[in-house]
Amino acid sequence: MENSKTKNPFQGTKEQENELMKLIEANKNEPGALMPLLQGAQDIYGYLPIEVQTMIAKGLDKPLEEVYGVVTFYSQFSLNPKGKYKVSVCLGTACYVKAAGEIFERLERLLGIKGGECTEDGLYSLDACRCVGACGLAPVVLVNEDVYGRIGPEDIDEIMAKYKE
Amino acid sequence: MDNVKLKINGLDVEVPKGTTVLDAAHKLGIRIPTLCYLREINAIGACRICVVEVKGARSSVAACVHPVSEGMEIQTNTEKLRQARKMTLELIVSDHRMDCLSCERSLRCELQTLANEYEVDQHKFANLNPEVDDSAPHLIRDNSKCILCRKCVAVCKHNQAVGVIGANYRGYKTQIGSPFDLPLDTQPCIYCSQCVAVCPTGALSEKYDHKKVWEAIANPNKHVVVACAPAVRAQLGECFNYPIGTNVSGKMVTALRRMGFDKVFDVPTAADFTIMEEGTELIKRLEAGGPFPMFTSCSPGWVKFCEHFYPEYLDNLSTCKSPQQMYGALMKTYYAEKEGIKPEDMYVVSVMPCAAKKFEITRDHQNAAGIPDLDAVITTNELALMIRQTGLIFEDLPDEDFDPAFGIASGAGHIFGVTGGVCEATLRTVSEIVSGKPLEKLEFNEVRGVAGIKEAEYDLGGKKLKVAVVSGTANAKKVIEDIKSGAKEYHFIEMMACPGGCVNGGGQPYQPGYVRNFTDLRALRAKALYREDAPKTALRKSHENPVVKEIYDSYLGEPGGHKAHELLHTSYVKRTVY
Repeated sequence: MENSKTKNPFQGTKEQENELMKLIEANKNEPGALMPLLQGAQDIYGYLPIEVQTMIAKGLDKPLEEVYGVVTFYSQFSLNPKGKYKVSVCLGTACYVKAAGEIFERLERLLGIKGGECTEDGLYSLDACRCVGACGLAPVVLVNEDVYGRIGPEDIDEIMAKYKE
Repeated sequence: MDNVKLKINGLDVEVPKGTTVLDAAHKLGIRIPTLCYLREINAIGACRICVVEVKGARSSVAACVHPVSEGMEIQTNTEKLRQARKMTLELIVSDHRMDCLSCERSLRCELQTLANEYEVDQHKFANLNPEVDDSAPHLIRDNSKCILCRKCVAVCKHNQAVGVIGANYRGYKTQIGSPFDLPLDTQPCIYCSQCVAVCPTGALSEKYDHKKVWEAIANPNKHVVVACAPAVRAQLGECFNYPIGTNVSGKMVTALRRMGFDKVFDVPTAADFTIMEEGTELIKRLEAGGPFPMFTSCSPGWVKFCEHFYPEYLDNLSTCKSPQQMYGALMKTYYAEKEGIKPEDMYVVSVMPCAAKKFEITRDHQNAAGIPDLDAVITTNELALMIRQTGLIFEDLPDEDFDPAFGIASGAGHIFGVTGGVCEATLRTVSEIVSGKPLEKLEFNEVRGVAGIKEAEYDLGGKKLKVAVVSGTANAKKVIEDIKSGAKEYHFIEMMACPGGCVNGGGQPYQPGYVRNFTDLRALRAKALYREDAPKTALRKSHENPVVKEIYDSYLGEPGGHKAHELLHTSYVKRTVY
């Protein structure tokens, strides 16, 4: 089945698969096993592509749709891998009124991806987040652990130029 | 059980403890509107149309899930409730594609009916959110008409054990769809269309093929023949306001003739051939010692279910084509030859209570004459539309008979449209062939009725024959798991994908939730077919059908013989779930 939700080819390893299989084996007879399994699987792979969800569905003898419905319901689950550089734009109230929305759109254009996605080379992922507790610096953008505050859309190219390799 | 006394709209009523407000009100003849409620499998209180006021309660409650209690005082139709329902409807239609003028569900749409009743302003919050999936051969999903009632999800999961659709995303973004939003035809959907049969709006609709049929009728070079499945005559009347379970066979035949079909034939005639072939196959398996159980193969939804979910059991499936396909095969071989028509100049149509039949005609090894056995399948609903398009006043039509060349059928052939009917028809013929003497009693009552799983044991020439009759693929799953674990053993199992059999097929006329929840459609429609097999009926056994005898004698040879095998049998493919 073709995966229509991520641009990044699945690169799971045999070790990851073994770990997931162990987890499924340990949980499959528990009631409500799906949630902890999805959380565990996301810990192992970093995200939940169709390949991983299919392994879980098979393991629990459930339709794939049941798994996908849960994955898309909770924002903690991701259908895309995270990039080497995780770019997060705060869209909380304080940042939003300071044009964080425009910054977000600028990043989407620059990286060629939508929020929640990862670039094909695996270098960048882009997410919207809610308040990071630095409203005084609004609007705030995070790249991994680095915080950039009081910026405008015009600063984005310069900031992102620091994260090339 | 303890009873509870309460008042609804000032009227006293006493009902068993645990009864819902909806059921208690129904007992008083009070109709509370519903959209998402589907008895037993979808009591989720999601759509909020059935809200009622309970004296002393903080807010209004959903009648479909709220249980009654002693001394309760309920109001079902106050101004406050009417306003609440109206607001809910306005929000539901806010992202709805308003093509009500030509929508397939128009005039039978429950949302449209309620919107009209509640004088809804359709423009109040308008914001369309469209996505159309027409990838599958049997249905079209237009989520801009979806109200998220989840009835389709419930039947797919609970009745059919397929589960290819569900609610994805959350809140305002919630959409019913398949995993990863993939097109339905990439999924292990069995094409039963039970989802379409319960959709209260036009979000799910049958994929219509009637235009192709009109074109063929208009083409003077085509010899266009049609045949009707047994269940269609038990359903079609509902499209013209006849009571549920009225048999309108005679008017249906007249209508088809006046629409311009060259010949009007009957699928139960083909069903009699199916019995000859299937019965012969069963006898051969009994002689050879298996493989058992032998599964029937008339229901294309069931066949696809078996291929996806139990491919290890494909050898258990009878190799017989379904009656539809036997009809098509005989039309393009025997009939074409006899009438001196080239098979390519034949246009063979069937009318079915089933949308999976649209898929069946595209399968491999369904081409006895080297070209597909059938050219088009239309459902009961499409036939009703075509009758209206012809300008016929259906209720004023005289009754006519099917064309005799392929229009004489036994009672056994008619009950094919009901769960248990194929089994009973097989038992009649097989019993008489094995014992060599006529049966004293033709009714096999143990396999009748709407139960999802029925079991019986019969004596067949001194040998025990264990049979089961199963409808709804969730029940098929149960039975096969029991066979797998060794808990059960059978020789012969009749399998039908739709609960109750073809009379409750996915191509049936739409009946609103309120009717469906308080009426057993399966039983009412089944009665119409059992009347065709009443004790005084002259012809009740497939092997006594003169058309069957004539075609075997002059053309096919022995049942199960070489030529019969070539024309009337097929093959299956292994499919996957994930």
